[in-house]
Amino acid sequence: MEIKVLGPGCLKCEQTEKNVKETVQESGVAAKIEKVTDVMEIAKYGVFGTPAVVVDGEVKSVGKIPDKDEIMTWIKN
Amino acid sequence: MKERNKLVIILLVFAASYAIPWDHNTIRQSGLEAFMMLRDYAREHVLTCLIPAFFIAGAIEVFVSQASVLKYFGATAKKILSYSVASVSGTVLAVCSCTVLPLFAGIYNRGAGIGPATAFLYSGPAVNVLAIVLTARILGWQLGLARAIGAVLFAIITGRLMALIFRKDDAARTVGQIYLPDEEEKGRSLMQDALFMLTLVLILIFAAFARPATGSTGVWATIFIAKWYITAGLLIVLGLMLKNWFVKEERTHWVQSTWGFMKQIFPLLGAGVMVAGFMLGRPGHSALIPEHYIQSLVGGNSLWANLFASVSGALMYFATLTEVPILQGLMGAGMGKGPALSLLLAGPALSLPNILVIGGVMGIKKTAAFCIIIVILSTIAGMSYGLITG
Repeated sequence: MEIKVLGPGCLKCEQTEKNVKETVQESGVAAKIEKVTDVMEIAKYGVFGTPAVVVDGEVKSVGKIPDKDEIMTWIKN
Repeated sequence: MKERNKLVIILLVFAASYAIPWDHNTIRQSGLEAFMMLRDYAREHVLTCLIPAFFIAGAIEVFVSQASVLKYFGATAKKILSYSVASVSGTVLAVCSCTVLPLFAGIYNRGAGIGPATAFLYSGPAVNVLAIVLTARILGWQLGLARAIGAVLFAIITGRLMALIFRKDDAARTVGQIYLPDEEEKGRSLMQDALFMLTLVLILIFAAFARPATGSTGVWATIFIAKWYITAGLLIVLGLMLKNWFVKEERTHWVQSTWGFMKQIFPLLGAGVMVAGFMLGRPGHSALIPEHYIQSLVGGNSLWANLFASVSGALMYFATLTEVPILQGLMGAGMGKGPALSLLLAGPALSLPNILVIGGVMGIKKTAAFCIIIVILSTIAGMSYGLITG
């Protein structure tokens, strides 16, 4: 599984990355987490707003910090 | 941060500590000015102006649905709506500068195109609530108003010009799926949201109500005498609204987001105030940079002074809100009102690092056109403002 956290590096993006990392660790799912900070890379996903989370190429959340329960539902499937 | 950069910073601090003649009179005076200016802000502006403004910014972020604004930036949105929304959306969307650039790239690549994207890029940092409130409070309401009006107008003009100049390229945009933030279910009507915001803004206005000139009577003096009673009354109304209209989760979000702004902005603003104090001193007090330099560069209202202010504003990087104390120092040292507005209009929207990122998104030619348009518009606005206010 490949999870990308899109955000140019503000507080919210860092919090999102932290939540994702912790959830993955707690769930024990094998996942590669990548932080995308380049603005052009972010724009390629067509997200209007950051932080955004992309799981296996699918945009899961835009413009908010997802909580751990929410992240858990994305990586469990 | 790279290890090499850390080393460079440590070396610079070391060299400064080693070499600067700290006991020289001018340096001592400058150091004192830095703390005096910080004290002025702490005493005059933090409790009555900044704290309420942070709560308003927090409320906007949490209670105004971003999705409802962003849908006007889609590829199929009506152009007139796109421009009008883009020109004022900074108030809603851009309180955090980290959202501006990705959103700009998104609108440019997938959404409504270069016009609305550049309009948004310009208006974003320029019309946010905190910046306008602080400008009006510290530099005077005339300049605050001129900044707000100028920013909204410029956003539309710049966007239209960009769309006109590069109308051929716009057709070549990639079309693809766009993702907007989720529209959240709310238990309130628009009317209730508007009343809530209005109450917050009124609290800010009355808490920060300035003492009228001594001996003046009439409505302003009466309001000043009653201002704490009015503020207290409004706070009670606010409390009732919060209790009845909002669920616990929303209230927690509001406080969290306000706290987010505070911890993000206060340190930067404090540092900016001290730097401005050290370099320029409080109005009427001299510090490190002699006043005649400032007066010869940006004093009066000449074309050169306005142009110089616009260009240096466009290149300089201002952390959120720090443009206000810096301008306060500059104006105290003899900067003209026109050049001050030029700098305010060109400054926060553009900076050298910002220009580089924009260049990466839309190429050198368009970025150059964007910067030149803003510099020219800011210079014109500055000169006109300087003429009007004398």
